[in-house]
Amino acid sequence: MKFEDIIKKENLIYKKTPLMTDNTLSYCPGCGHGTAHRITMEIVEEMGIVQDTIGIAPVGCSVLAYEFMNVDMTQAAHGRAPAVATGIKRCWPDKFVFTYQGDGDLAAIGTAETIHACNRGENITIIFINNGIYGMTGGQMAPTTIEGMRSSTSPYGRDAALMGHPLKMTELVAQLPGTCFVTRQAVHTPSAVRKAKKAIRKAFELQKEKKGTTFVEIVSNCNSGWKMTPVQANKWMVDNMFPFFPLGDIKVPE
Amino acid sequence: MAKELKLMKGNEAIAEAAIRAGSDAYFGYPITPQSEVIEYLMAEKPHERTGMVVLQAESELAAINMVYGAAGTGKKVWTSSSSPGISLKQEGISYIAGSELPCVIVNVVRGGPGLGTIQPSQADYFQATKGGGHGDYHLLVLAPASVQEMADFIGDAFDLAFKYRGPVMILSDGVIGQMMEKVYLKEQVPRLSDDEIAEKYPWATIGKPASRERNIITSLDLDSSKMELHNIHLQSKYRQMEEEEVRFEKINCDDADYLFVAYGSSARICQKSIQLAAEKGIKVGLLRPITLFPFPKKQISEMADKVKGILSVEMSAGQMIEDVKLAVNGRVKVEHFGRYGGIIPTPAEVVDALIEKIIGE
Repeated sequence: MKFEDIIKKENLIYKKTPLMTDNTLSYCPGCGHGTAHRITMEIVEEMGIVQDTIGIAPVGCSVLAYEFMNVDMTQAAHGRAPAVATGIKRCWPDKFVFTYQGDGDLAAIGTAETIHACNRGENITIIFINNGIYGMTGGQMAPTTIEGMRSSTSPYGRDAALMGHPLKMTELVAQLPGTCFVTRQAVHTPSAVRKAKKAIRKAFELQKEKKGTTFVEIVSNCNSGWKMTPVQANKWMVDNMFPFFPLGDIKVPE
Repeated sequence: MAKELKLMKGNEAIAEAAIRAGSDAYFGYPITPQSEVIEYLMAEKPHERTGMVVLQAESELAAINMVYGAAGTGKKVWTSSSSPGISLKQEGISYIAGSELPCVIVNVVRGGPGLGTIQPSQADYFQATKGGGHGDYHLLVLAPASVQEMADFIGDAFDLAFKYRGPVMILSDGVIGQMMEKVYLKEQVPRLSDDEIAEKYPWATIGKPASRERNIITSLDLDSSKMELHNIHLQSKYRQMEEEEVRFEKINCDDADYLFVAYGSSARICQKSIQLAAEKGIKVGLLRPITLFPFPKKQISEMADKVKGILSVEMSAGQMIEDVKLAVNGRVKVEHFGRYGGIIPTPAEVVDALIEKIIGE
């Protein structure tokens, strides 16, 4: 029996976007990055803007995002993605420019670039994956590691008196006049994925209208770094991350 | 804009010449002694003149990464700074070299190390010519010695940056940046249109049409055997530069008994020192490297067979002298004379040093 006989064209209900390559994802099984990549690329495909889209990959787990996203991409130095995006967008104001960054990249080493790109109101979309840990380097404490959370550099749990407080970057950039849409989403359930995708679409649409910086945080898991199974990690995220990083829109255009 | 003769500061001349060279964007951060560059650009409103983008970034780090992003889209983009700011840019410059992107970086050098001083210096020679950031790479380095050359070199630098797809540095100093001289400005070169860029630079990340694979700008390859090949490729470009791009100027060299090797402001000082030496009956010539990388080693080597001694005159504790010595390879005496930390040597001091260190024996 042929593949086509089993899977009939008229029965097709879902197809991988051609804007995701066939390269094997370098992410751990259970990680939210793959889903976040996919919905971002689905929006680029659905809006029909691939010929006008430039993405910026960060340093961190998603450093190889350009291996998976089938759009023109530039890999930025650690934390500098919003500056790289600014350089591109200022020269090509009608293109769609997005950064895809983790919490270490965006909220630690790249804090200045993030705040100033948002404060200038650069017409770019920032997709911010927050899993509260440095995944690629092996599970060290991130600026978004919540209090009490264990990591390889906070092995007894984050002690705010010693290590500082977790940073709510999304609430912070929402205060800036340059941002027009700031939201916090997740991708751990089908309904969350649908909401996150809708938020990314809104961000890209507002970018087209040149309304200012659009900023989509996705609270995600890191089952490897958190030393949990994927199911445990998602549960832990819901029970512990969401109370500190509540989901929903923080700033919407008037 | 038509051709024009003006009295300008070096910093202003390079800014005006960059607009006229058809540059697309400048990203910078103020620092003495080169803040006139961004001040001039902001006052001139090049956006209205040619459509050129000018943006004051939040830091030198951000500025160089804006350059990196824009350079990856095939735009003619540049930045300027002075020594401490250039140190901050080194990470980005290394990425730009690794990713093979064209851009121009202007360094109006001041005295260091650290925050140092705001007076002129040439103490960034090592940083400019030997790489500067991490990894095996070179910048092509042009060293202007006049306001005219500040204006002339920016267009040349863009041409070289695109020819080799790599960063080019204009290594100036606080004297050349701040002093006023007359300068002939070239007429306006039109900026490339977006369509021309798409056609000319098929590697540019400007959005993937259905007709091609996606473009990726990156300096990363986790496969070390591929990274070695990439390094070999980069080195081949530097060897080609050594073959094709060496620039220098020789003054009074034909029957010289001694030779000054000096670039930038030091070369201007040495021109006066040549006259002072002649008054004492000493025949000394000047070889002025215009490209510091690639370095005119062949020309210096040839001179080593004709003169009795060489003085490397630098506003540093002796950096270029290492390249001079390599070129001379022990055949004649090579000594260094310099003032540092922002002090400019007088022509008489240079002659005294020549007599004391080279002729004296």
